[in-house]
Amino acid sequence: MRGEAGLRLERLSVGYPVGHRRLGRPRPHRTVVADVEAGVPPGLVTAVIGPNGAGKSTLLRTVLALQPALGGRARLDGDDLAAMSPRDRARRTAVLLTERVDVGLLTGREVVELGRHPHHGLLDGRLDAAERGLVESTLDRLDAREIAGERLAELSDGQRQRILLARALVQDPRLLVLDEPSAFLDVGARVDLLALLAEVAAERGLAVLMSTHEVELALRTDARVLLLDGGRATSGTPAELIASGAIARAFGTAGTRFDRATRTFVRRAAPG
Amino acid sequence: MVVTGSAERGGSRPAAGRAAALPRHRIGLRPAVTLPVLAVVAVLCVAVAMAVGSVTIPLPAVLRYLVGAPVGDPGWTVLLDQIRMPRVATAALAGAGLAAAGLLMQTLFANPLADPYVLGVSSGATLGVAVVTLGGGTAAGAAAGTFVDLGGSGRIGVVVAAAVGSGAVLALVLLLGRWVRSVVTLLIVGVMLSSAIGAVTSLLIAFADPTRLQRFVLWGLGSYSGVTKDDLPVLAPLVLLGLLLAAALTRPLNALLLGESYAASMGVRVRVVRTVAVLATAVTAGVVTAYCGPIGFLGIAVPHLARLVLGSSDHRLLLPATVATGVIVSSLCAVVAQLPGADGVLPVNVVTALIGAPVVVAVLLRSRRLAAGAV
Repeated sequence: MRGEAGLRLERLSVGYPVGHRRLGRPRPHRTVVADVEAGVPPGLVTAVIGPNGAGKSTLLRTVLALQPALGGRARLDGDDLAAMSPRDRARRTAVLLTERVDVGLLTGREVVELGRHPHHGLLDGRLDAAERGLVESTLDRLDAREIAGERLAELSDGQRQRILLARALVQDPRLLVLDEPSAFLDVGARVDLLALLAEVAAERGLAVLMSTHEVELALRTDARVLLLDGGRATSGTPAELIASGAIARAFGTAGTRFDRATRTFVRRAAPG
Repeated sequence: MVVTGSAERGGSRPAAGRAAALPRHRIGLRPAVTLPVLAVVAVLCVAVAMAVGSVTIPLPAVLRYLVGAPVGDPGWTVLLDQIRMPRVATAALAGAGLAAAGLLMQTLFANPLADPYVLGVSSGATLGVAVVTLGGGTAAGAAAGTFVDLGGSGRIGVVVAAAVGSGAVLALVLLLGRWVRSVVTLLIVGVMLSSAIGAVTSLLIAFADPTRLQRFVLWGLGSYSGVTKDDLPVLAPLVLLGLLLAAALTRPLNALLLGESYAASMGVRVRVVRTVAVLATAVTAGVVTAYCGPIGFLGIAVPHLARLVLGSSDHRLLLPATVATGVIVSSLCAVVAQLPGADGVLPVNVVTALIGAPVVVAVLLRSRRLAAGAV
């Protein structure tokens, strides 16, 4: 066992099943990303970027053992995540997903309290004083105490996202995984969210793994980057990936190129 | 029945502007008041249901009977003991069981239109009853000959046939559930299964002897009156078992409100929860259907009424509220069913659907609270 802090992906291959199961044979799978070697250190945000279909969500779901790995493993603080019981895993990892949730009449605070689920037994669901304190301090930290009394269904997209982030943090994980957390947010709120994540990660020594479509935004922060492209993964700082030309190769099109100076994508100059 | 996909639930989100304009309704201590009130009303409704019938017994006498004190009139004692108590206990158990099962299915499938019968339990029971009541003289009846001999075609035969039918469908659904990954697929499988089984029932009806058809149709209309005192030791423990299983699921069900992925990320064993919920629903709905016929409306509508009254989707509060509301609505339906007095008894399904459905629609339409989210 290795004692490295944070998340470590060891030759992790991810994909999904295709076709039908046949008796006596393993179900055929299509590999989307193979042999990912990367570290997600505590205290920092690591952004997973890549073109559509590159396997960002598949990678995140596999790390959380929501779907089986095709090879390799993901270790959190040295322990294989896939080998843990669901409850042990839930005590050390938490997630914020893209999918819209409809929790009926639950209020924001009730949703946040759900985050304590893995820390309780089947029948004893009552939060103790320390847990209630954690809920309130997390709501305060995310500026969400004002909205926590409202029903989740009545909040704006940005407010919902803050409540769902609070829920994940209240779960008290070592690893926080976010799948396109800014998908429904306005541009200002996206910048805010990324900054907030970086702060929270640093404050709590939390390893944060986040997929995003916001390539330019991710490259302008000091987040670490895991680039998925063509079935391979490359990790590094934004500067390293830009210098190696990996960003330009992954996202450039016939009409658009990556401008290193401004770290933005621009139209190619017309020939001649 | 019509079932919409879970994707539809996302459609009713209010715009941000409207959310800001809505008055803030904080929930505070309300459930602490609501739950005891519901419990008291449930007891009162049970007492009223026991008071009415061919002879009206004064409420104080009924309440004395309920707490075990002498009633006063020996005729009343016999009437309460042999007729009224079994009938109203059946109504209460059916209401509580079907409502709780409906709540389980609505949360499991994240679908406000789900009810205890979505998985085909009632169609299985109906086919079983069709085989024993219509079977003789048809090809299918010959095939089921052993089965008919086993249970006889009397009342007990009908109960056994319905139980076997719903049990068979339950086994099939659980078996298919092992391969089915998504609950939406499981829901569609249940609906398709119902249709296929219903087709076989229709075939039996098409070739049935008209005199036998009468009995089958009456069973399908539902009745709380057929259950005797001797049946209660079977009906009551099975319904209570279903309620107990539901009670054990309240915390995982709360996590499931966020969706299966979130629930799994919180350590919920989604497959186990799904299996237990299906089992609890099928046992409850199966035994109630076996004794009372397929009782519609309660399973789908009562959970919505309970959410409305309680103002919360927290299953730790919502399950007891749903059970109490189920007892209330079902007892009141039993009261209405007795209204013709000496002329006979209205079928339960006529009462639940004709009176209950418009009431629920009216309540839901008037309620702004439920507009935010239906499950």
